[in-house]
Amino acid sequence: MATRRVPLVLLACGSFNPITNQHMRLFELARDHMHSTGQYQVVGGIVSPVSDGYGKQGLVLAKHRIAMAKLALQSSDWVKVDEWESQQPDWTETVVTMRYHYGRILEQFEQRTVPGPQLKLLCGADFLDTFKIPGLWRDDHVQEVAGRFGFVCVSRGGLEPERAVHESDTLSRHSQNIFLVREWVKNATSATEVRRALRRGMSVKYLIPDSVIEYIHQHNLYTEDSERRNEGTVLRPLAKQAQQPVKSLDD
Amino acid sequence: MEGQSVTKVVLLSCGSFNPITNMHLRMFELARDHLEDTGQYKVVKGIISPVGDGYKKKGLIDAYHRQEMAKLATENSDWITVDTWESLQPVWVETVKVVRHHYNEMLAAEQKNDDVDTVKYAKKRRIEGNYFEDSSHDKRRGGPQLMLLCGADILESFGIPNLWKQDDIAEIVGRYGLVCITRSGNDPHKCIHQSEILWKYRKNIQVVQEWVTNEISATHVRRALRRGRSVRYLLPDAVVHYIQEHDLYSAESEQKNADVVLAPLQKYTGASSS
Repeated sequence: MATRRVPLVLLACGSFNPITNQHMRLFELARDHMHSTGQYQVVGGIVSPVSDGYGKQGLVLAKHRIAMAKLALQSSDWVKVDEWESQQPDWTETVVTMRYHYGRILEQFEQRTVPGPQLKLLCGADFLDTFKIPGLWRDDHVQEVAGRFGFVCVSRGGLEPERAVHESDTLSRHSQNIFLVREWVKNATSATEVRRALRRGMSVKYLIPDSVIEYIHQHNLYTEDSERRNEGTVLRPLAKQAQQPVKSLDD
Repeated sequence: MEGQSVTKVVLLSCGSFNPITNMHLRMFELARDHLEDTGQYKVVKGIISPVGDGYKKKGLIDAYHRQEMAKLATENSDWITVDTWESLQPVWVETVKVVRHHYNEMLAAEQKNDDVDTVKYAKKRRIEGNYFEDSSHDKRRGGPQLMLLCGADILESFGIPNLWKQDDIAEIVGRYGLVCITRSGNDPHKCIHQSEILWKYRKNIQVVQEWVTNEISATHVRRALRRGRSVRYLLPDAVVHYIQEHDLYSAESEQKNADVVLAPLQKYTGASSS
């Protein structure tokens, strides 16, 4: 009897400031890849925009980022936008968001399937590099994301993701949980570039969906002013991590 | 009139469009932004002209489908259109002829508008009493321009033996003009520098730097489709649906013309299919 495929949900966390065609490509590439392993059946995709509390420079209001993501994904029959993370009072660690969604998936599947469903974090190659940044991730969190859940990491043809895994003991230990997908088409449509083009009054058509372009113009998002938001503010994860040592001393 | 006059431009893009992708469409947007940013141009129209089946390129599917997909892709554009004149010709048509054809069409349209405008301006003069400087004999000088829009790979292809006639290159670049979008790995400036003809007419070549590397090649798209992979978000949704509906692009379709010599090469070297 053929082995049953593991039902798999892909979760992408990020600013989505704004969502672009490239973000949506990640899901398509990841799904194709995981199917081709013969072991997985991708049953859902979740876009989870970060909350305003993240404090990243140029981050526009979550309500706009959510609205744009919804417009962009209107025509998708498997990827959805989830607002839970953006609605939390403070910035939420990635692992906490993953635990939340995993709990919901388990509820949905009610242990009906064997094997049980899995949740993996979908990301680009640059994401794996962030593990190296001091103070950005807690070691035990990296351990949990890599060990308990796993990654599907889409890169643009270089060997950067392999190197990032190699350079991290934690990631190397869980390399069987890290799926590297190569996109041979170089498509550097980053949200940063999209915002830059918008500031300069240049066209972003065909980089992001028309409905999102319309929304941006209607609400006059992405100007020089919006890009200066949070200027000088410490990114929330770094601020939070910096607080931890003091906390444990008090204990 | 307000300050210096602005030249109207029509951008023409020739190619296989097999299939059309978001990158093809991006090229128009980038070119328009670049030209208008100089303050000297106003881009009024974009034309996509898919090549005819007579081109005999390997993997080239029916012109009918390529036209339909291009039309679907430009449904949401208010300035880019698809023109089927080239693809309906019985044999392959040299690019310079396509350029001439569209230039003439553009002039004819301008003439029609002029006839209307002359009446409008005449009325304006009566009302405002302004001296109207522009007149029909100045038309050619400040008149509308047709420019060929292409990627840097086309510029490089000028150097491939027997693919282009030197006279044609001279005419396209000398009389009309080129807007060339860079691609990573191609250096258009080097290309221009290394070619006598291109160097001669370098003032007519606008090089547009694409900072966002966007190499969605149709070749890659066809490969993904053959392998049953998703091409969503590389092409407009309507085009993806069309491809699925008509089951275009398979291993079989890629073999079309496999043993046939490309039309331009056939023409200029007298080579023929085996």
